[in-house]
Amino acid sequence: MTSYLEVRDLSKRFGDFTALGNISLDVAEGEFVCFLGPSGCGKTTLLRAIAGLDPQSSGTIRQKGRDVSALPPAQRDFGIVFQSYALFPNLTVTDNVGYGLVSRRQGRAAIGARVTELLALVGLPDSGSKYPAQLSGGQQQRVALARALATSPGLLLLDEPLSALDARVRLRLRHEIKALQRTLGVTTIMVTHDQEEALTMADRIVVMNHGAIEQVGAPQDIYRGPATAFVADFVGSMNFLDGTLEAPDKVKVANLAFACPRQEGLAVGTKVRLSIRPEDVRVRDLPADVANRVAVEVTELDFVGAFCRATLKVGGAGDVTLVADFSSNLIRDLGVAIGSRLDVALPPDRVRIYAA
Amino acid sequence: MGLSRDDLIMRGGLVVLAGVLLLIVGLPLWALLAKGFEDGDGRYVGLANYVSYFSTPAMFNSALNSFHVAAVSTAIVVPVAFLYAYALTRAVLPARWLFQGISLIPIFAPSLLPGLALVYLFGNQGFFKVLLGGSSIYGFDGIVIAQVFYCFPHATMILVTALATADARLYEAADALGASKPRVFFTVTLPGAKYGLISAALVVFTLVITDFGIAKVIGGNFNVLATDVYKQVIGQQNFSMGAVVGMVLLAPAALAFVIDRMVQRKQVALLTSRAVPLIPKPKAGRDLFFTVFCATIAAGILTILGMAIWGSLIKYWPYNLSLTLGNYYFSNFDANGWESYFNSLRMAVGAAIVGTALMFVGAWLNEKTRGFGIVRGVVQLLAFLPMAVPGIVLGLGYIFFFNAPNNPLNFLYATMAILVINTVAHFYTVGHLTATTALKQIDPEFESVSASLKVPIWKTFSRVTAPICLPAILDIAIYLFVNAMTTVSSVIFLYASDTKLASVAAVNIEETGATAAAAALCVVIVITSAIVKTMHLLADRFLLGRLQAWRRR
Repeated sequence: MTSYLEVRDLSKRFGDFTALGNISLDVAEGEFVCFLGPSGCGKTTLLRAIAGLDPQSSGTIRQKGRDVSALPPAQRDFGIVFQSYALFPNLTVTDNVGYGLVSRRQGRAAIGARVTELLALVGLPDSGSKYPAQLSGGQQQRVALARALATSPGLLLLDEPLSALDARVRLRLRHEIKALQRTLGVTTIMVTHDQEEALTMADRIVVMNHGAIEQVGAPQDIYRGPATAFVADFVGSMNFLDGTLEAPDKVKVANLAFACPRQEGLAVGTKVRLSIRPEDVRVRDLPADVANRVAVEVTELDFVGAFCRATLKVGGAGDVTLVADFSSNLIRDLGVAIGSRLDVALPPDRVRIYAA
Repeated sequence: MGLSRDDLIMRGGLVVLAGVLLLIVGLPLWALLAKGFEDGDGRYVGLANYVSYFSTPAMFNSALNSFHVAAVSTAIVVPVAFLYAYALTRAVLPARWLFQGISLIPIFAPSLLPGLALVYLFGNQGFFKVLLGGSSIYGFDGIVIAQVFYCFPHATMILVTALATADARLYEAADALGASKPRVFFTVTLPGAKYGLISAALVVFTLVITDFGIAKVIGGNFNVLATDVYKQVIGQQNFSMGAVVGMVLLAPAALAFVIDRMVQRKQVALLTSRAVPLIPKPKAGRDLFFTVFCATIAAGILTILGMAIWGSLIKYWPYNLSLTLGNYYFSNFDANGWESYFNSLRMAVGAAIVGTALMFVGAWLNEKTRGFGIVRGVVQLLAFLPMAVPGIVLGLGYIFFFNAPNNPLNFLYATMAILVINTVAHFYTVGHLTATTALKQIDPEFESVSASLKVPIWKTFSRVTAPICLPAILDIAIYLFVNAMTTVSSVIFLYASDTKLASVAAVNIEETGATAAAAALCVVIVITSAIVKTMHLLADRFLLGRLQAWRRR
C-alpha cells in the first residue's frame, strides 16, 4: 500500500511548549481518518500543519509523492470545512459553493452546472438563492462541505465539523458525510473530540494526547484492544482496578487474585492497573468454575435509558468498586436493586493490564 | 516557510504602509524632538532650551495651569457624564433617543464654540455678567466651563458603552442573595464600569490639556501649554522653544495614553456571549430624578449652542439685538470669505476618502498577513502613536519635517494635500482601532478557505471582507469628516492663504474681535457636521438594510 499522505517526524513548538512531538503518520488514498483526542492534544494543530495554515517547526509532509512541507496553503491540494463553517455571509449559497470555481476561468454555465450538482449531492437542491443566515446549522454545514468539494480536492480536511450542531442533526450528518465520502472516494481527515463520532465514521482512528499519537487503528481494534490506559479511558468507559502483577497471568487487587491474559512485557511484582469495560462484566448463567468470580453488593443504580449503570462494591476487597452495565431485562429477571448482593465474573479474555 | 503570491503582496503592502506611517507620523515627531535641542540657527545646543524653559517661571507656570484646568475639568465631567450615562442605560427615560442625541451635539462643534457662547453669556458685555460678582469669565473659570461642555460627549459615550455591557444575571443573582441597592451598586455596577471610568477620566484629561481653541478664546491672561506653543511659534517665531513646549505637552498626553492601554489590556470581556442584556424596568422615583437631571444637563448644552446661534444672528451685541444674517457674509470679516468653508468641506471629504481607505486596508493587512511579526509590530506602534500626540504638537512636527528645505516632500508644504495628510495622521488611531475591531469580529478562517479554494486573497477582501465591514467603513469615514470639519489645533500651523479652513478662519476672525462672525462660522460647521451625521444614521438604517439583505434571517 502506497500512502497518499506521508507525515514524517512532524513537530510544532510554541516557545517552550511542544504542541506536536515527532508525529509520523500514513494515510492511504480514499481512506477516512479521524484524529481523536481531548482538547489541547494537538489534533487541530496537526490538521492545520497538513493544510499549511500553521506551518510545522520541523518535519516533512508529502502528499501524493510531492513534498508540500514548505508550500503555502494556496499551493497545496485540499478542501477544508471549519467548525464555524466560515461561510461568506454576504454571498448566496450558490456563490459560496461556486467561490473557488469562478477563479478557475470556467464558463458560467459549467460553474452553474457544477454548483447544482454539488447542492444536489449535499441534499440542498433548492437553497441556492438563500443567504447563509437563512439556513439552519446543519444546512450551513452541508453548504460548507459542498464548497470544500467544489474544486474536487484530493484531500478533504474536516475540523470538528459537527460539534456546533445539536445532537439529532449531528447524528444524521455523521451518516451523510460518511456516505458522501464513500461515494466520492476522497481521502478525508476529520478532527474530533467525540469518540462516538470517530468510532462510527472513521476507517482508522488516530488517538492523540499531549501532542503525541497514542494509538492508530481501526475503530473495533481501538475499542477492543486499547494500547494504553489513556486510550482505554478516553474511548468508551473503562473500570480500572489498581493491583500488582503476581504471576505473568495473575493480578492481585487488594486480597483478591484475578486471572488475566499472559503479560510478556511486564515483570512480576510491578504495579499494574487491571481494566475491564462495564459491558464485559458477566452476571447471568455463571458456571460453577467460572474464573474471576467476585461477590458484590449493588450500591448505586443509574438509569440511562436502554440499560442501567450499576456501581458494585466488591466484597472482601476494601473500597474497590466496579461499574457494570445491566440490561433492563437482567434487572427485572434477577430483581436487582440497591443493596442486592450477587456474584459477577470478569472474563479473563476481556481483561487488559496496563503498567501503573 | 514557503510564501505564496498572496503572502508577498500582503508583505509588500505592509512595508508600504509602514513607510507611509513613518512619513506622516514618525518622522514629523522625530523632527520636533530634534528641534528642541537646536538654537534658532539650527545648531545643536543640548538641553539648553529645556533648561531655559523650566527656569522661566512664566513658561513653567503654564504647565501648572494646564494640569490644574485638566484636573478640575475631569473631576466635574466624569461624575456628571457617569450619571447621564447611567440614566441613559439604567433608567426609563421619556424620549431617551433625544437625550442621547443632545449629549452628542458638542462633538459637531469646534472647541471655539463654547468659548464664544460663554463670552456672550458672561463676557464683559454678557447677559449674566452680574451673576459672576466682580470676577471675570476670561481665565480659569471660563476654560473649565467650556471644557466641560466640549468633553462631555466623549466621556458619556465611553461610559454608556461601559454601562450598557451589563449582564442582567449578575443583578438577578445579587437580588436573589438579598443585597441592598447601594451594595449592588458598589459590588456590581461600579466594578463593571471601572475600566470605563478610568478610560473616560484619561480621555477627558488628555482632551483638556491638549485643546487649543477654548483657551485661545476665553483664556484671557491665563496661559496654558497649548496656547504657549501657538504664541511661541506664530507670535514670536521661536521654533525651538515651541518644540520644547510641544514636548512638555506631549508628556502628559502620552502618559495618559500608556495608562489607558494598560488598563484596557487588563479588561477582560465582561460580557460573554451567554450574558443576558440588562433592560431597565420602570420605577417612578428613580426615573423622575434622572429625567430631571438629564433635562438640566441637556438644557445646559442647548443653552450654549443656542447662545452661539443667537449671537451669530444679532446685529450688534448687546446694544442692538435685532436679528440679521449679516454675520454670515464672511467676506466682510476675512479675506477668504466663504471659501474657507468650502476648503473645509474639500479637506474633510478628502480626509474621509483617503483616510478610510488607508486605515481599513492598513488594518486588514496588519490583521491578515501571515508571519512578518516585526513589521506588523512597527505598524501597530505607528498606528497607535497619533492617539498620544496632541494635534498642536503634530502640526508643529509637520512644519519642521515638511518645511525643511532638504526634504524632497517639501513641495507638499502649504498645499491642501498636507492638510489632508495631517488630518488623516492626527485621527489615525481611532480609525485603525475601529477597522481592527470589525475585522476581528468576522470569521478568522475566511482567508484559509480562500487559500484552499485557490482564490487570491485580495479577491476575498473585495468580495467578502470589505462588504461585510461596510458599516465600520462608514463609521470611520464619518468620524474623519466630522473631526476634519471641527479640528483647529493641528492644522493651524499648516494652512496657506488659499487653503485656510473654516475652523482656522473662525479663530482668526475672533482675534479681530468679530465674535458674532466667528460664532456664525462655528454654527455653519456644526450644521454641516450634524447633517452629515444624520445622513449617516439614515443610511445605516435604510440604505444598508437594503444593500445588506444577507444580514436578515
